[in-house]
Amino acid sequence: MVLQMRFDLATHSLREINQTLHHIDRRPGETFVIEHPKGTHSVAVGLTEPIEVTIEGHVGYYCAGMNKNASIHIIGNAGPGLAENMMSGRIFVDGNASQYAGASGHGGLLVIKGNTSSRCGISMKGIDIVVGGSIGHFGAFMAQTGRLVVCEDAGGNLGDSIYEAQIYVRGEIDGLGSDCVEKEMRPEHKTELLELLERACLSVPIDDFRRYGSARNLYNFKIDNADAI
Amino acid sequence: MPSEKKNTFDARALRTSATFPDHVLAEIHRAADQGVYEIRGFGAKRQIPTFDDLLFLGASMSRYPLEGYRELCETDVIIGDRFAKKPLNLKIPITIAGMSFGALGANAKESIGLAATAMGTSTTTGDGGMTDEERLSSETLIYQVLPSRYGLNPDDVRRANALEVVVGQGAKPGGGGMLLGQKITERVAGMRDLPVGIDQRSACRHPDWTGPDDLEIKIQELREITDWSIPILIKIGATRVKYDVALAVKAGADAIVLDGMQGGTAATQDVFIEHVGIPTLPAVRQAVNTLIELDMHRKVQLIVSGGIRSGADTAKALALGADAVSIGSAAMVALGCNRPVYHDDYTALGTAPGCCHHCHTGRCPVGITTQDPKLEARLRPEQGSRWLKNYLATMVLELQTLARACGKSHVLNLEPEDMVALTVEAAAMAQVPLAGTGWIPGKLD
Ligand SMILES: Cc1cc2nc3c(=O)[nH]c(=O)nc-3n(C[C@H](O)[C@H](O)[C@H](O)COP(=O)(O)O)c2cc1C
Ligand code: SF4
Repeated sequence: MVLQMRFDLATHSLREINQTLHHIDRRPGETFVIEHPKGTHSVAVGLTEPIEVTIEGHVGYYCAGMNKNASIHIIGNAGPGLAENMMSGRIFVDGNASQYAGASGHGGLLVIKGNTSSRCGISMKGIDIVVGGSIGHFGAFMAQTGRLVVCEDAGGNLGDSIYEAQIYVRGEIDGLGSDCVEKEMRPEHKTELLELLERACLSVPIDDFRRYGSARNLYNFKIDNADAI
Repeated sequence: MPSEKKNTFDARALRTSATFPDHVLAEIHRAADQGVYEIRGFGAKRQIPTFDDLLFLGASMSRYPLEGYRELCETDVIIGDRFAKKPLNLKIPITIAGMSFGALGANAKESIGLAATAMGTSTTTGDGGMTDEERLSSETLIYQVLPSRYGLNPDDVRRANALEVVVGQGAKPGGGGMLLGQKITERVAGMRDLPVGIDQRSACRHPDWTGPDDLEIKIQELREITDWSIPILIKIGATRVKYDVALAVKAGADAIVLDGMQGGTAATQDVFIEHVGIPTLPAVRQAVNTLIELDMHRKVQLIVSGGIRSGADTAKALALGADAVSIGSAAMVALGCNRPVYHDDYTALGTAPGCCHHCHTGRCPVGITTQDPKLEARLRPEQGSRWLKNYLATMVLELQTLARACGKSHVLNLEPEDMVALTVEAAAMAQVPLAGTGWIPGKLD
C-alpha cells in the first residue's frame, strides 16, 4: 500500500504544513503531496528528512529553501530564489523558474525542465543545477563550486567573477562575464556531463556542449612595485 | 661691530601643507608605488562628532539621584519579542558585534564567547559561518546571514539564538566583505568554499533578494525555516537611516542593528572607511525618531554600534533611545589590540602600538586577527576572556553610575532630556540643547 499524506494549501496554513514537514514522524515509504499552492511563498522550506514531497501547482518565492535530504517535485512553475542555499537532496521543477534559482546552493541536485531567469546559480557553492531550457543573464555570477548545465541558451555576463564552478552550455551565449572563459571539453568533462543529464532525466545529446570556467585572473589584487624600478 | 651671523633657518621653507599633511603625502607615494587602493582594518581615523560631545545633567534640585551601590539600577534588556517565540534576554545592554572567524582567530572568538557568556550577553558570528568553538563558548549566539552566504547552513541556523540579516556595515555601507589571501588558510577556505590564498572580495548584495519587498518575503522564509522561534535582526550601515529603519520595520525585523561610519572592520578600502556613511551620533537620533513616528520604539529594538568605547558612550546611546549597544573594536582593544607589547612585530608591520590598523595582514602582533598558530598563541582564551569580562563589567558600572546620577532605576529610563551638547554640531545631530542654552539647532517645531 502506498502511504500518502496530502495537505491542501487552500484549507491548511503554510505554517501548519511546514511545521508538520519539519517534525515529521514518518511511516516507512510515506510520501507527501501539497495541493493548491497558488504561488504561495516559502513552501516546503528547511526540510531535513529524506522524504518525498510533490507540489501540485505553481509556487512563489524560496520554495525548497535550505533543503537538506528531501526530494521535492514541483508540478508547475517556481518563483524567485527556488532552492536557495540548498544543501542536499533533489528538487525537480516541471515548468520554468524565476530569478536566483539555486542561489548559494551548497549541494544536491536542482533540475528545472523549462527555462529560468537571471542569476541562476548565483554564488553557488557545490550544488549541481541542470536547466532543460535557457537561462537569463548573469548565470553562475560569483559561482564558487558546483556545476551548472544549460541545455539551450544563456544570457549575457555568464559566469561573471566565477571561481571554481563549472558551466556547460549547449546553445548560444549572449556574452561571457568578467574572468569567465571557454575551456577545453576533455573526456572526463563529457563523462561528468552525461552523468548529470542522466540524473536530471534529460536525454540531450552532449556533442554540442561547451565548457566554461574561471580564467583565475581576479583571484588576487594586482599590486605593482614601481619603487623598485 | 662684530658681524652678526646670519640665521639661515627660514620657518616658511619648512612649513607643511594643510592640504597635503604627512599622511596624505605618504598615501600618494604608496599609491604611486602599488597602483591599488589601500586596504586596512580598524575604523575611521578622522575626527567626527561623537558621544564625547554630549554631557549628562546629573540630578540636583529638580530631580533626585539614586544612591550608588545601594539602590537598584537594572540593566537587563529583551531583544526581538516582536514576532519571535524565544526573544533574547540579555543581562546587560552591551552585545558583541559580528566578527568573522577568519578575520579573528579561534582564540579571540573563544575569548569573546566566554566573556559574553559570563556577562549574560550575546556574541555574533560573521562573514564566514559559525564554528563549533564559538557555538560552545557563547550561550547566546547571533548567526549572521550575509550577502556572501559563506558557510550558511540550516543546521547552524537552527542552533543559533537569533539571525541577523546583514544589509550593510558602518565601515562600508554599500560594500562587501574582504579577507586577503594571507588569511585564507585551509580551514577558512573550506568554511567559505573558496580556493586557499585568494583575496576574497565577497558580495555586497544578497544573492536572492534585491529590494525591501523581497526582503520581507526572505524574512518570512527564515521564520518558516526556524518555526518562528528565534528573533531576526537586520543590520544596516548608517547612511539614509530614516528610510532604512522604516523599511527594516516593514520587512518584519524584530530588531535593528545600526552601525555608524566609525564602526570597525577587519579589512576594507580606506576610501570607504573614511568617506562613506554618517557618524553614529546623528544615526541614532534619526533611527529613534523614525521608530517613534512608526509607533515602533521599544517594539522593534534598536542596537547601536560604531565607536562605542565606554559606559558613557553606552549611556548616551541609550539616552537617545537605543535599546542596546554593540562593540567590535573596543572588545578587540580589551583583548590586547594596540597594547604596547611585542614592539618588534608592530615595527615589522610598519606601525607602532597605538597606530596599528593592520588586521588585514593576518600578522596581528597580539594574536587577535590572525590565523598564524604562533601569533594566535599570544592570546590565551582564559586571559582574553578575563580581560573582556572585566572591561564589560567596568562599562556596566560606568553606565549604572551615570543612570543613577540621573535618577534612573533602569538604564533604559535614560532620556534625551538628561543631556546637553558641547558643540553646535552635536546639538544639531543629537537634537539636544547646546549646553547652557535652550537651543537645539535644526529643531523643527
Ligand atoms: C575584526 C572585525 C571583523 C568584523 N567582521 C564583521 C562581519 O563579519 N560582519 C559584520 O556584519 N560586521 C563585521 N564587523 C563590524 C562589526 O560587526 C561592527 O559593526 C563594528 O565593529 C562596530 O563598530 P566598533 O568597531 O567601533 O565597535 C567587523 C569588525 C571588526 C573590527
Ligand atoms: S593589534 Fe591586531 S587587532 Fe589591533 S589593529 Fe593591529 S592587527 Fe588589528
